Amino acid sequence: MNNQINVEIPSDSEVIIGILNNSDSVLKKLYLAYFPMVLQLVINNNGDEDEAKDVYQEAIIVLYNKVKRGDFELSSKLKTYIYSVCRRLWLKRLKQLNRYGGDIKDFQEYLVVEDELEKHEERDLQLNKMGDALKLLGEPCKTIMEDFYMHSRSMQDICERFGYTNADNAKTQKYKCLQRLKKLFFQQ
Amino acid sequence: MKDDQLLDMIERYLSGEMPAAERTQFDALCKKDATISAKIAGHKEFTGLMKQYNDRLNLQNRLDKIHQEIDVHMLKDDLMAHPSWVVQMWRNHHSKISVAASVAILAVLIILYFTGDLSNRDPRFQQLKADVERVKKEQDKLGAKTDNIIKAGKTTGPAISAKFRGTGFALTGNGYIVTNNHVVNGADSVYVQNAEGESFHTKVVYTDPLYDVAILQINDAAFKNLGAVPYSFKKTKSDLGEAVYTLGYPGDDLKFGPGALTAGTGFHGDTTEYELFIPVNPGNSGGPLLDDKGNIIGVINGKQTQTQGAAFAVKSNYLLKAIQSIPADSLNKSLTLNTKNTLANLTRTQQIKKLRNYVFMVKVYNQ
Repeated sequence: MNNQINVEIPSDSEVIIGILNNSDSVLKKLYLAYFPMVLQLVINNNGDEDEAKDVYQEAIIVLYNKVKRGDFELSSKLKTYIYSVCRRLWLKRLKQLNRYGGDIKDFQEYLVVEDELEKHEERDLQLNKMGDALKLLGEPCKTIMEDFYMHSRSMQDICERFGYTNADNAKTQKYKCLQRLKKLFFQQ
Repeated sequence: MKDDQLLDMIERYLSGEMPAAERTQFDALCKKDATISAKIAGHKEFTGLMKQYNDRLNLQNRLDKIHQEIDVHMLKDDLMAHPSWVVQMWRNHHSKISVAASVAILAVLIILYFTGDLSNRDPRFQQLKADVERVKKEQDKLGAKTDNIIKAGKTTGPAISAKFRGTGFALTGNGYIVTNNHVVNGADSVYVQNAEGESFHTKVVYTDPLYDVAILQINDAAFKNLGAVPYSFKKTKSDLGEAVYTLGYPGDDLKFGPGALTAGTGFHGDTTEYELFIPVNPGNSGGPLLDDKGNIIGVINGKQTQTQGAAFAVKSNYLLKAIQSIPADSLNKSLTLNTKNTLANLTRTQQIKKLRNYVFMVKVYNQ
């Protein structure tokens, strides 16, 4: 597709196994392999490179989660799947931005991926809400939440880090923080 | 039980830190109190969401790191289809352009419709065909005349009056006459009448609709050879401003029409014709167009009704072309054009006196 960057295109099964094993190198291969295709799609349809990046990363996340959930079946080529997801995402964004001119210039064949993206968008909404709630939470609650629930640190660690005199104090603090976070999350 | 204690228990329960004895106790509690199981599920989901959020954040960071290694600008230049500005303009504005074009087309159509240019009939051009309407009066007169002739016992022409009339002139002395195709088109029979009022039956031997030329041949026993025609046929083009004149039968008598050559092309730029400033009327069609020296330079064939005085004539070289393309077997007498001009040194009136015997009224009869 391009002459400047000689990318190695990983085989589809290599990608699946790599994602399941959290392989960084496979993720990188995957990312480098198909980005030009998506960049081409977006910049030739009223978009710029940053928008291409957003759309592409979202598509990779969709693929990643699907593989992780274990319900990815190789019914089509990975390339076609990624292209289809990006195409769908970009069309949607174009419509939101009122930049959609009525037709899209295609470079690949594509599938209908409507249903999967609906699931993804629902989840995405929840995760964004979580992100917003965490931002509003403020310190030290945010770090406590992150350490305990996201990074799975022990209460002992947290105690030492924040200088709590005993584990019970820390637990009480953690409880309060969680209640606040829930409140912020569900208020949105 | 306080909420924070309950949360602690739930967390320990979920993480599997709870000892077996306490676990069975807690299970029993769950069975008894449905709100506790709901709380467990809720907590599990919420903390799960936090984990997922963290996973996504991590993944995004990993992707961002990979992304930084790509030279996006180079790739972009490589992949950008560079359509011409016309194509880009079209892509960005095609809906607006389409609307504008539709409006323009509609406007043009409306204008054409109201100016009458859309209809096939061209209002400016009128063939000099004297049709029934125009010659109603003459018909009555002719009817009366022929009645008189019949009474007098002379039958020099058909008893019914002519439906169409035009003018023609002799190509040769032996009875070949040229007129306009539109004069004789669709005729059942064609007669020519000379200046003395004698009619002769003729046969149409050749028609050329393209140059609007028709060749007739007199095949009437009463016809006597006219003698050599006094004019010659000009092969070259005539110049603008040249004084020209015509003779014809717009009415019952031969009429002289003086004028000038005003353009080298005819109606709508037709290169086979001249444009003339000359008084012509319906009935002049097919008449000769002569220059000062008495050369035939064309055949009158139409006039423009919007511009007063503008008339048209087929150029003589197209007349010659038409004559050349007559198939040999449709001529039973020789058609050799005169090349000697005997009018050159005569005055206009003397020229006309000589010419009048060679100019005919063409009378056309059909059902």
